[in-house]
Amino acid sequence: MEPTDLSMLELGRKLASGELSSVEAVRASLARVDRFDGQVKAFLRVDREGALAQAEAADRRRKDGRRAGPLDGVPVGLKDLFLTEGLPTTAGSRILERFVAPYDGTAVKLLRAAGTPILGKLNMDEFAMGSSTENSAFFPTRNPWNLETSPGGSSGGSAAAVAARMVFGALGTDTGGSIRQPAALSGIVGLKPTYGRVSRFGVVAFASSLDQVGPMTRDVPDCAALLQAIAVHDPQDSTSAQVKAPDYLAEIEAGVKGMKLGLPREYFELPGMDPEVRAAVEDATRALEKLGAQLVPVSLPHTRYALATYYLVAPAEASSNLARYDGVRYGLRADGANLLAMYGRTRDQGFGLEVKRRIMLGTYALSAGYYDAYYLKAQKVRTLIKQDFVDAFRTVDAVLSPTSPTPAFRIGERVDDPLAMYLSDVFTLPCNLAGLPGLSLPCGFTRANLPIGLQVLGRPWDEARVLRIARAFEREHDFHRRTPPLGVA
Amino acid sequence: MSVADFQPVIGLEVHAQLLTRSKIFCGCSTEFGAPPNANTCAVCLGMPGVLPVLNEKVVEYAIRVGRALGCHINPVSIWARKNYFYPDLPKGYQISQYDQPLCQHGALEIDTDDGPRRIRILRIHLEEDAGKNVHDAGGGDSLVDLNRSGVPLVEIVSEPDIRSSTEAGEYLKALRDVLVYLGVNDGNLEEGSFRCDANVSVMRKGATQYGQRVELKNINSFRFVQKAIDYEIGRQVEVIESGGKVAQETRLFDAVRGETRSMRSKEEAHDYRYFPEPDLPPLRIPEGLVERIERELPELPRAKLQRFTSTYGLPAYDAKILVSDRPLADLFEKVQAEYRGPAKKLSNWFLGELLRLMKEEAREVSALRFSPTQFAALLQMVDAGDVSNNAAKDVFAEMFRTGRAPREIAQQKGLIQVQDAGAVEAAVDAVLAANPDEVEKYRAGKKQVLGFLVGQVMKAMKGKGNPGLVNAALKAKLGD
Repeated sequence: MEPTDLSMLELGRKLASGELSSVEAVRASLARVDRFDGQVKAFLRVDREGALAQAEAADRRRKDGRRAGPLDGVPVGLKDLFLTEGLPTTAGSRILERFVAPYDGTAVKLLRAAGTPILGKLNMDEFAMGSSTENSAFFPTRNPWNLETSPGGSSGGSAAAVAARMVFGALGTDTGGSIRQPAALSGIVGLKPTYGRVSRFGVVAFASSLDQVGPMTRDVPDCAALLQAIAVHDPQDSTSAQVKAPDYLAEIEAGVKGMKLGLPREYFELPGMDPEVRAAVEDATRALEKLGAQLVPVSLPHTRYALATYYLVAPAEASSNLARYDGVRYGLRADGANLLAMYGRTRDQGFGLEVKRRIMLGTYALSAGYYDAYYLKAQKVRTLIKQDFVDAFRTVDAVLSPTSPTPAFRIGERVDDPLAMYLSDVFTLPCNLAGLPGLSLPCGFTRANLPIGLQVLGRPWDEARVLRIARAFEREHDFHRRTPPLGVA
Repeated sequence: MSVADFQPVIGLEVHAQLLTRSKIFCGCSTEFGAPPNANTCAVCLGMPGVLPVLNEKVVEYAIRVGRALGCHINPVSIWARKNYFYPDLPKGYQISQYDQPLCQHGALEIDTDDGPRRIRILRIHLEEDAGKNVHDAGGGDSLVDLNRSGVPLVEIVSEPDIRSSTEAGEYLKALRDVLVYLGVNDGNLEEGSFRCDANVSVMRKGATQYGQRVELKNINSFRFVQKAIDYEIGRQVEVIESGGKVAQETRLFDAVRGETRSMRSKEEAHDYRYFPEPDLPPLRIPEGLVERIERELPELPRAKLQRFTSTYGLPAYDAKILVSDRPLADLFEKVQAEYRGPAKKLSNWFLGELLRLMKEEAREVSALRFSPTQFAALLQMVDAGDVSNNAAKDVFAEMFRTGRAPREIAQQKGLIQVQDAGAVEAAVDAVLAANPDEVEKYRAGKKQVLGFLVGQVMKAMKGKGNPGLVNAALKAKLGD
């Protein structure tokens, strides 16, 4: 067995006992990066020296009896929109191609405190806008399960790196499904925590009221452990909640007996849902029923407006958040005869097509005369969507659904059809609009050996229960232990 | 028809910097005059990934302003983003407040030729300042200084209740006095810590419908406010009289030419695309905060003015000058409390010697070297006849410069008047004996000779004779 086959917590235990060193773990990870990343292309930058230095420090801490916690010495990767002091942070964009972050974001600081060496920065759709990582300004990432397909997005680099066992875990961000959808398509576990659970400070913003940082791991206990490390109130983020995180591992094995799990009928009636996905998810719900949960049909009637609502709110906020990339202070600056020309050319050369599309959409939605009809109306519908969940959670403890209506799709298949691409996120968007925690875990494979994800949505701040439900399923199945066919001739 | 046939309607928007030590959304210093970009961090530079964290002192200061102007303080107000591109605006948006500001519906009373008038305040909201573009810095480049980026501001918006440029000036002065009294603003127009835009329209006298308003920007002194408004009123009247229509636009005041010129038309107006700031929760005012701030409000300029005229019986002119500077007014009250003589007499000293020396030596009240007790003692010496009024001015100047006790100065300078009746009498006798002709004239009815004789006595006494005693003694000897 290779060290890279271990989960984060398993490796952590071996590091604690001295059976393995962090330097060995980092070297093993780097060896896989060297072997496979030429095909997968998950990394935008590998920080060998940095990771090895952090691993040496972790090994010293162990020798001195000062281990920082269960993840000390376990190598991880970061989606390339986490600001890391001294390392480039591109957000997958030309406009930040040469930008070196002047500070560490809060989640990065917390990871450093937890002792996890940071192996590198992972590819993503530009500014997290996309569902396939094809919108990366640099190159698309490929799905380790089938290199012709996409790992999903926007945190596709993170998902692919974890699935290909090049890192033990990674952080992603999720604005409309950007952690859960790639987790589903790449066969890993991904959690979007409750809005406000993890600090957004030091994370390149896409849509501030929706963005949330979360863990992407190979199994559910790792997901709990990685969340534990970053679920800390941050006074530098005014939307970070002053809610103390429970011990997410404490009751993770407690099972689902007696729990009521909701099945939203609207989610299962979507036209265009892949039959294999539907079958696998329905099997998964029955498996949970067998484990003692009670399945309850629920209705989330405003779900059908979630996509439209999301594509007003998110681009509106993005159009404002991306205004700072103007060529004046950092990042790309194109020459221009005057200020306006400089602005125009910088942003024209610096931003890709999808980013420009969303800036246009958002600018329009906020314009005088249109604000009420678009942005304001969308905010009202958002309230109704939130209310749907409040109503559902009166009768059920969590809601189950597919994560994505389809398994991984072929690279290039949807790039010219933004609407088809947007539909990838139809099951994941409502969770962001409502601010709820949502998790995706592997629940099956298609005949073509592509992973299928089950989504578990919980009440606000109820991550522990979401993890517990996911763990109950995971324990009885081996989907999360299967390995992608990399290096198999 | 002429300007006199038209009624100007004016509303003012004042941006006042709040004197907090740190910026509104980060911990950077707000100090003026630091080297360019010294007072900046990732947050106020608008780096990727940064988030605003509200400085609560800013809210307290704004509530002070709101309550001092009689505003309702909204228990919940909303932060909003005002979006526009400019190099001095690092995030590409300004965090401000829009449709739910912190304070609403107040008023400020001002003096006009027709008596006091209330100018209603529509709203007061909080926002962050932008940086500063520096042009012509050499090399053909424009440079950006972001020291001011994120400095807290209140924007105070009046209703269109102002009817002349003079009233506009009065309103601004009164508003500035209030802010300075509250300790939240230094009232400095030149450094830009107190800035003003004006909305100006004109309508025919007797009309009920306001005319098209024009926004005037870049008014950086009290003098300019009146000049800019007067110019604009004249311009609008001319447009109407020549059969034209006033256009909706923003105009810039050019202080050098003394005129306004078009900056952007309605078509070119910015669409700021305001929307609620998702990085900041709504601003909720904690229970009891408004009441606590209200209890701690100082006496405001108009109340103090009233008290200075009624309690001390000072003329309005004197009271106004004393009250215009809160530390000056406080000093006056401290000195008066110890002096207990006629307040007008003390006021004369303040308006005369004190303010003159403060101006000459560019010294603020807080930097004065003498104590209120010393100032009071000097006045008491004058009243007691220990020093002459003129000599007291010398003593005061010395006391102003050194902070030494007035009696000590007077003694050292030999300015203490001779109060000994015997010594005065001896000097009088000597002068009368030496000037028989003048004594004759006086007795013959030429009373003005007395002045000469007094002068001779004073000269004989080397200026130290108490003029009252000298006068009395002379008259007695001359048989009056």
